[in-house]
Amino acid sequence: MNKALPWIVGAAMIALPFVYSAPYPMHLMIVVLIWSFAYTSWSVMGRFGLVSLGHGGFMGVGAYGTALLWNHLGLTPWIGIPISMVMAVALALVVAYPCSRFRITGHYFALVTLALSAIVLQVATASRDLTGGSLGYTPERVQGGGNILAFQFESKISWYFVALGFWALGLLIRWWVDRSMIAYALEAIAEDEDAAGAAGVNVTAEKLKITALSAAMTAAAGGVYCQYQMFISPDTVSGISVSLQMVFAAVVGGIYVLPGPTVGAIITILLAEGLRIFFGTGALGYDNLVYGTLLVVFIIFLPQGLVGAAWNKLTGARQTA
Amino acid sequence: MLEVSGLIKRFGGFTAVSNVSFQVGQGEILGLIGPNGSGKSTIFNMLSGTLAPTAGTIRFLGHEIGGLPPYRIINQGIGRTFQIPRPFKRLSIFENVALAGYYGQGQPSRTKAYDAAERALSLVGLPIDRNTMIGGLGAAGLKKLELAKALATQPRLLLADESLGGLDEHEMDQAADMLRRIRAELGITIIWVEHIMGVLMRVVDRVMVLDHGEKIAEGLPSEVSADPRVIEVYLGTDATAVQAAAAERQ
Ligand SMILES: Nc1ncnc2c1ncn2[C@@H]1O[C@H](COP(=O)(O)OP(=O)(O)OP(=O)(O)O)[C@@H](O)[C@H]1O
Ligand SMILES: [Mg+2]
Repeated sequence: MNKALPWIVGAAMIALPFVYSAPYPMHLMIVVLIWSFAYTSWSVMGRFGLVSLGHGGFMGVGAYGTALLWNHLGLTPWIGIPISMVMAVALALVVAYPCSRFRITGHYFALVTLALSAIVLQVATASRDLTGGSLGYTPERVQGGGNILAFQFESKISWYFVALGFWALGLLIRWWVDRSMIAYALEAIAEDEDAAGAAGVNVTAEKLKITALSAAMTAAAGGVYCQYQMFISPDTVSGISVSLQMVFAAVVGGIYVLPGPTVGAIITILLAEGLRIFFGTGALGYDNLVYGTLLVVFIIFLPQGLVGAAWNKLTGARQTA
Repeated sequence: MLEVSGLIKRFGGFTAVSNVSFQVGQGEILGLIGPNGSGKSTIFNMLSGTLAPTAGTIRFLGHEIGGLPPYRIINQGIGRTFQIPRPFKRLSIFENVALAGYYGQGQPSRTKAYDAAERALSLVGLPIDRNTMIGGLGAAGLKKLELAKALATQPRLLLADESLGGLDEHEMDQAADMLRRIRAELGITIIWVEHIMGVLMRVVDRVMVLDHGEKIAEGLPSEVSADPRVIEVYLGTDATAVQAAAAERQ
């Protein structure tokens, strides 16, 4: 049963649009899948106590990088996204290397990475000539609507499958990381860096590896998000609120279990949509308030998140907060 | 095998280890003793790369290793245990040791790491199943785990920081036997730090005594325990026990 479950869920998700494909639910699902991919990317490192508040920055680099390369150099997102991923990795290493060398961990690490979000937001907002500043930015559309080469698709169903693919890839990567030796090393590092070093772990190298992976994945999510929405603004793809939203969603769903961040995405997006529908545009920003409050509540009372707690109840498995 | 010369460690203005030189030969068990705060663990920290020496050289198998990061030193063959066990609580006993087996051997195949972990766990007498968590281990069990972690890295030189035991006499004897077996069966050279000198004196080939970061004596257990400076340092503690142990050995 446990072995079969992922396959059943997978098959159901592939079959879904053939059965039901009303545009609004489809749209919600695509958005959920893309953000789930982003949140899973965050959790790849976040679950090892490397709590980054800089991932909004990586998302922003992915989104703006992809759009700018397309508009200015005519580079297809198929190349633009990988280039943006490399840029995000470079940025991640510039921040993570000194953090590791000077042993900036825990809360201090979170604070340093917070600055990274802020900087990317500032750059995107201030480079008005290039990025359109706070008014946002639009990748140029190709003639005729859909074009695989341009990473632009007309039908929601195509987008659904693209998003599904990235989401599944994200889960696969995290699944693989969780089962590799690097997961042991990172658990050990999270507990006691000196003892991990004495066990032969190159602490800095392992931290940088996972940070680079996580940043690259998040940038990819940013690029995909940009291509889907065909509009990005500094606030929606970068900045502190996006970073906080990632932390919130991952924590609420559960960072120690594979489907946790996905469940977190479902909750946050439904919450945001609900607030928007009930309160209209007047409620803009309310979601952040609700996130913030819930985040505190969850960290105190349910640090394993909803899925983590449910999983523990069901299996009594060894899990640690 | 190991040649240390002029080793110095200062913390701010305080000199924890001052100008210590010594050598360890292949297959030897060297005992390292000295009162609290005399610099024993600090020497281990420098030998294993946890701390960089302020001055001095450390040559291991002909290579200078002073100041290298811990993982490089381990991969050259020096394993260490911590005085206060530092297990990874979120990993199982097996995973703790497998981690050391994997990274401590320079990331070989996972199978090889697991084999090393199983051998180390069997040797120290801990369960080799994959899932037992460390929660149930007492002081003696945690010391065994420390030892298994160090052994899984396949060291050629083992730095065993055992002092502040927390073990009863029987467990002490067991620990001593363990070190003897490690040398006999695996051919591992050992430096052993211990507070309770009775046991140590029975096992080691040579002893080095530290006081306030300085080496005050070195030699056979019988010589060292007759040394007036050593007796002075240990006076009122267990000087008589030292002499008794050394006598018993002869
Ligand atoms: N990281 C550090 N920073 C500052 N001082 C330190 C540090 N590590 C050790 N010391 C000091 O250096 C001296 C030597 O400590 P060390 O731990 O080497 O002693 P020891 O011989 O192992 O003692 P014990 O028998 O109690 O284990 C002590 O005075 C200790 O307070
Ligand atoms: Mg000590």
